[in-house]
Amino acid sequence: MTTIVLDDVWKEYDDRIVLERVNLTLDDHEFLVIIGPSGVGKTTLLRMLLSQERPTRGRILIDGEPIAPEPTHDRGVVFQRYSVFPHLTVLGNVMRGPQWLASPILGRLFGAKRRALEEQAMTLLTRVGLAEHASKYPQQLSGGMQQRLALAQALIMKPKVLLLDEPFGALDPGTRASMHTLVRELWEENEMTIVMVTHDLSEAFLLGTRVIAVDRPRTDPQAPERFGATISSDFEAKSRIVRQSRRFEAERQNARLQLISAH
Amino acid sequence: MRRIINYAPGNGTRIVLGALPFVVVLLVYLAGSNARLAIDPADKLMPAFASFYASITRLATTVDIATKQYLLWWDTALSLWRLVQGLGISALLGLVLGILIGFIPHLRAMFEPFMAAFSLIPPLAVLPILFILFGLGELSKIVLIVFGIAPFIIRDVMLRVASIPREQIIKAQTLGASTWQMITGVVLPQVLPRLIDSVRLSLGAAWLYVIAAEAITAEGGLGYRIFLVRRYLAMDVILPYVAWITLLAFLMDWGLRRLNAACFPWDRIREG
Ligand SMILES: Nc1ncnc2c1ncn2[C@@H]1O[C@H](COP(=O)(O)OP(=O)(O)OP(=O)(O)O)[C@@H](O)[C@H]1O
Ligand SMILES: [Mg+2]
Repeated sequence: MTTIVLDDVWKEYDDRIVLERVNLTLDDHEFLVIIGPSGVGKTTLLRMLLSQERPTRGRILIDGEPIAPEPTHDRGVVFQRYSVFPHLTVLGNVMRGPQWLASPILGRLFGAKRRALEEQAMTLLTRVGLAEHASKYPQQLSGGMQQRLALAQALIMKPKVLLLDEPFGALDPGTRASMHTLVRELWEENEMTIVMVTHDLSEAFLLGTRVIAVDRPRTDPQAPERFGATISSDFEAKSRIVRQSRRFEAERQNARLQLISAH
Repeated sequence: MRRIINYAPGNGTRIVLGALPFVVVLLVYLAGSNARLAIDPADKLMPAFASFYASITRLATTVDIATKQYLLWWDTALSLWRLVQGLGISALLGLVLGILIGFIPHLRAMFEPFMAAFSLIPPLAVLPILFILFGLGELSKIVLIVFGIAPFIIRDVMLRVASIPREQIIKAQTLGASTWQMITGVVLPQVLPRLIDSVRLSLGAAWLYVIAAEAITAEGGLGYRIFLVRRYLAMDVILPYVAWITLLAFLMDWGLRRLNAACFPWDRIREG
């Protein structure tokens, strides 16, 4: 269960208001997509959900508690860029997180545990289509491949909340479609909440259970820094209905199977 | 006619071109030396290669009466040992302090201005203080080298730490890393190649300080020997010693570069 509440959140840099009056309540297992023009404050919003930045006014609650003051391992992230470690191989990048959690001093696992983790990491790499590149360094991958690696690196932690900042911006349509399927599957399997920023409207409505547009409702041409952006529209996307009906179908199927096997 | 920057030399041409300046310098020296020796066979300023050879074989293969040592090897060992100790301590200091100051905001606020000021003190100007404090022995020489190059290495490491993208540090935290794990798992590995590079860049300065300290006081060492024989205008010793020091410095630089390439292959791959 994860619910996120943004309660009258503002973000200002010096005199410049970037975001103002952001109010949002996010249910468990929601797929929120944020759209909006460039430079409007989408990444800033994501950074606040990550505790990389603090709101200058208002508060953010996760499961009713104030958000942790620093990034934690239950909130994963894929940034627009620089998301992977250049000194580790592809496989090393994916195996990094679990080893840090399990081994506080050395940050390394050995023996059977390491092999189990390696297997888990390879399964994930296969799903993002990077299995044959496991021993390369990130600099040897294309931008889109690096984003997929960052996704695998975040997913292996099984975060409650996954924050994605334009993760598929650099992908070709084919790969993009397969990544859409993958993210949807993982989102359903892990029952996590995803917040994703994108510029692609069709992607937003394809994936999201909820889509919000962020924009400046008022502007002052003399002093553009006076007014910030806020949520200008909020759509409940149809995929939520699809998901619920699919879940209902699955339950009915299960019940039928049980009935049959009981006889 | 293509633009001149678009003509790249082939492999053979590259070697020939690279060797050319060395050959020219040698030939010019040879010509000058021959001309001077023709006028005055006892000329000391530009000795013939035969006298270089004679002096070096004497220094390398006969035991000196005063010190009971093979002077060339003894001088080399003394100087190298001083250099290696000084460089090693500086690198270690640079690594530990550079990472701590560069990575932990409170330490950074406290020490960054101090380091900036400290690194501007001219080391040779404090050499007398070092001699007074640490005596005329080995210690003050090594302290001089550390004094001279550690601030540069510390600041270089700090800059490298600061240039690690913020995203990586945040990402590490979302993967559950503690401060210690971020230092050992993210910062240290990315700083090490730069540390080796800044040691390479410090080699010239380190030799400068070794030779300066030896020139003032020592019982042996390459710098000491050069300054000692200067009194007799013994160019036949000085010039081969200078060449020998240059060769040693070049080999150390080359070795460190190879070490870097061998240990940190990822650092050489640049994004296309
Ligand atoms: N650290 C900072 N200091 C001052 N201003 C900042 C800072 N970070 C962001 N801003 C400003 O906040 C605004 C929003 O930036 P943000 O990165 O959130 O935009 P974005 O919506 O993600 O844009 P894009 O779609 O291009 O990624 C920008 O105008 C930027 O100049
Ligand atoms: Mg952005």
